[in-house]
Amino acid sequence: MPRFVSARTDSRLIVLPWPVPLEDWPTDNLVALPRGISRHVVRFVRVGSDIYAVKEVLEHLALHEYRLLRDLTRLDVPSVEPVGVVTERFDPDGVPLDPVLVTKHLQFSLPYRSLFHRGVRRDTVNRLVDAMVVLLARLHLIGFLWGDVSLSNTLFRRDAGSFAAYLVDAETGELHDELTTGQREHDLQIARTNLFGEFCDLEAGGLLDAALDPQTLVETIENRYRELWAELTEVEEFDGSEMHRIESRVRRLNALGFDVAELDIVTDFGGSTIRIQPKVVDAGHHSRRLLRLTGLDTEENQARRLLNDLDYFRARTDQQNADEAVVAHQWLTQRFEPVITTIPDDLRGKLEPAELYHEILEHRWFMSEAAGREVDIVKAAEDYVATVLRTLPDEAVAVTDNESMELANPFDPSQGFVDDDWEKPYDPWEDGVEETPDDAPVRGDFLDIEALRRKARG
Amino acid sequence: MAAVSFVDATRVYPGADHPSVDKLSLEIGDGEFMVLVGPSGCGKSTSLRMLAGLEEVNSGAIHIGDRDVTDLPPKDRDIAMVFQNYALYPHMTVGDNMGFALKMANVPKAERQQRVMEAAKLLGLEDFLNRKPKALSGGQRQRVAMGRAIVRQPQVFLMDEPLSNLDAKLRVSTRTQIGALQARLGVTTVYVTHDQVEAMTMGDRVAVMRDGLLQQVDTPLALYDHPENLFVAGFIGSPAMNLIPGEAAEGGIKVGDYVVPVERERLARAGDKELTLGVRPENLDVTDGEGIGIDVAVVEELGADAYLYGTLAGLSEDERITAAQYVARISSRRPPSRGERVRLTADPEHLHIFNTKTGARID
Repeated sequence: MPRFVSARTDSRLIVLPWPVPLEDWPTDNLVALPRGISRHVVRFVRVGSDIYAVKEVLEHLALHEYRLLRDLTRLDVPSVEPVGVVTERFDPDGVPLDPVLVTKHLQFSLPYRSLFHRGVRRDTVNRLVDAMVVLLARLHLIGFLWGDVSLSNTLFRRDAGSFAAYLVDAETGELHDELTTGQREHDLQIARTNLFGEFCDLEAGGLLDAALDPQTLVETIENRYRELWAELTEVEEFDGSEMHRIESRVRRLNALGFDVAELDIVTDFGGSTIRIQPKVVDAGHHSRRLLRLTGLDTEENQARRLLNDLDYFRARTDQQNADEAVVAHQWLTQRFEPVITTIPDDLRGKLEPAELYHEILEHRWFMSEAAGREVDIVKAAEDYVATVLRTLPDEAVAVTDNESMELANPFDPSQGFVDDDWEKPYDPWEDGVEETPDDAPVRGDFLDIEALRRKARG
Repeated sequence: MAAVSFVDATRVYPGADHPSVDKLSLEIGDGEFMVLVGPSGCGKSTSLRMLAGLEEVNSGAIHIGDRDVTDLPPKDRDIAMVFQNYALYPHMTVGDNMGFALKMANVPKAERQQRVMEAAKLLGLEDFLNRKPKALSGGQRQRVAMGRAIVRQPQVFLMDEPLSNLDAKLRVSTRTQIGALQARLGVTTVYVTHDQVEAMTMGDRVAVMRDGLLQQVDTPLALYDHPENLFVAGFIGSPAMNLIPGEAAEGGIKVGDYVVPVERERLARAGDKELTLGVRPENLDVTDGEGIGIDVAVVEELGADAYLYGTLAGLSEDERITAAQYVARISSRRPPSRGERVRLTADPEHLHIFNTKTGARID
């Protein structure tokens, strides 16, 4: 009987076919979602209306990753939510099977493979790259060494025209109090290699626009990371007459979406030179403010967009001096909610509410431009539903497949496309090697000292 | 190819109260396969990252060949780091999967192809070069990952727990392959693992580390036969060496009611009464005469041999639960049964003695 290690198990998971290797799971449980490549067997399973990602992996790695993902969730880093680890799996003949790590599927998320495709706009690619860079910097700020930075281990969510990146795989991660420059460089080195490989793979599969060059993309990521890291952490030194530079540093960080919780300010004896260095910066400046004011939990850029609309509403209703929380409540009930209720139930799965609101604001701007006057937002919402939303793919669970060729296994993109040329080539290393049966004991933990002595004697 | 040397290399992490790597001095010969082994937090990975240029060296130096690389950035060190995480890209051929890092380094296409071909020949993957990797076996995938490092033709290979995410079967076969390949290539290799069996089977020499300090560096057999201290004695070997606390007495070391005979001169060199006797399971034998009394808990039969597990004689049932368990490899012709009291003698030729307080070996 398998064993569940979990803080809060979904009881419907218990009846899944755990005694069967994941590779052979009946397809009626599975969902063919697009995803990155993995060296482990990974599947998505539907349980009721929820979707979980399940990954077969060695026990120490499964438990390590489960705990790390819990830590990351607690530290408020965008990452997938761990559900539990299933251990003590045996097939009907009593042969042990690898444990399984279960995580929640991130709703409205899009893997890179469904975002990079022929004709993808350069602008979109830049935004994806930026999201990845922000994620890496955020992880490094809290002392997380990823160890396997890659697009396959990242998921993206739409964020008011940009993207927010989430960590999906923490198997090789380490959580430290603080990272050294060397540790960050280690992650960057891995990022360069992995991302270059992934871009080349997209290129080889005909999935990368010809205008995009893997080398340039990788360099961009590295440069942007270094710029962001410098802004987040570097010492700035200036003359005592330029005190405004303290304020502008904080503003620049806010604009990047970070709050400065602690700023180290050192002046020399005469007060003529000032050195400042941000010590504690937290991501989510705008999304925290929006959450506090309205209870809406959104991505950073969505929050920025909604807060702008809130400011506009405030000016429009002539309430500049009113209490911000009161105005926010009015905005929520008079603007945001009426717009969202115009969306028919069957179209709710197309986009998240905050993203929908952002799209409708955009739509209204175009309508107003065309009409030469301001169009009412609820009217704009109705028009958006009728003309745009119906035609969009459903993204709550993105089953979009824009790959032109058929996958060899719809549940496992790591196996590539269907092609017929597979005939096993000659492998001298496996020639004549008898396959040991799976249940033959392997004494990997036994030190055969006699064999070592024979080897030493030559 | 080049020799590597750590000269009093030290790494202190900001805010830490003691160094993660403390004055490491280690000479690694040209073409040598050196394994750094030790428990988690011993400093082995940090040492490797210092060599890779990923961790700052706070004091001391690191040389590769005749170059002092202490302050060189990683890319100028001519090393290849083989990571435990690797992905095979499904749309790229096996050849491209091996050579893509060269493309990133702007190596011309003809040279790239030549290096990939050479690596593929070495790895027995020639016929796979133009295939997609999807139907590769686990072992073949491992070889492609090794190929990625080989094509870079570095002076030194660095490997950080490359086998830790493989299942037991693949781990055993891959370690043999890595060993064989390294011997053929003759590239200096520094390999980090927490697994002493892996270290002993793969390394030309093994450096045992603990708490940032190098404990001993030697050939696997020398470590096994001549551990310099209690830590190495207990860490190397599986099943582990029996470490039995005793007291210096007339003619030997007293364990329970029995005095294990030890030469007078050796005892005199100990300079302390509290001593620990180290005996490997294969150097213990059941005797009908005098010996260390053991109450048998379990006997595990393995072919011609059996492993006898038990605790010192005369303990109460409760005491036995927490007492140290000792292991002897005995002949399975007439194995004792559970609960029986036996007497064990140690082969005097293979008796290790340590100062219990300092842990130092006494010869």
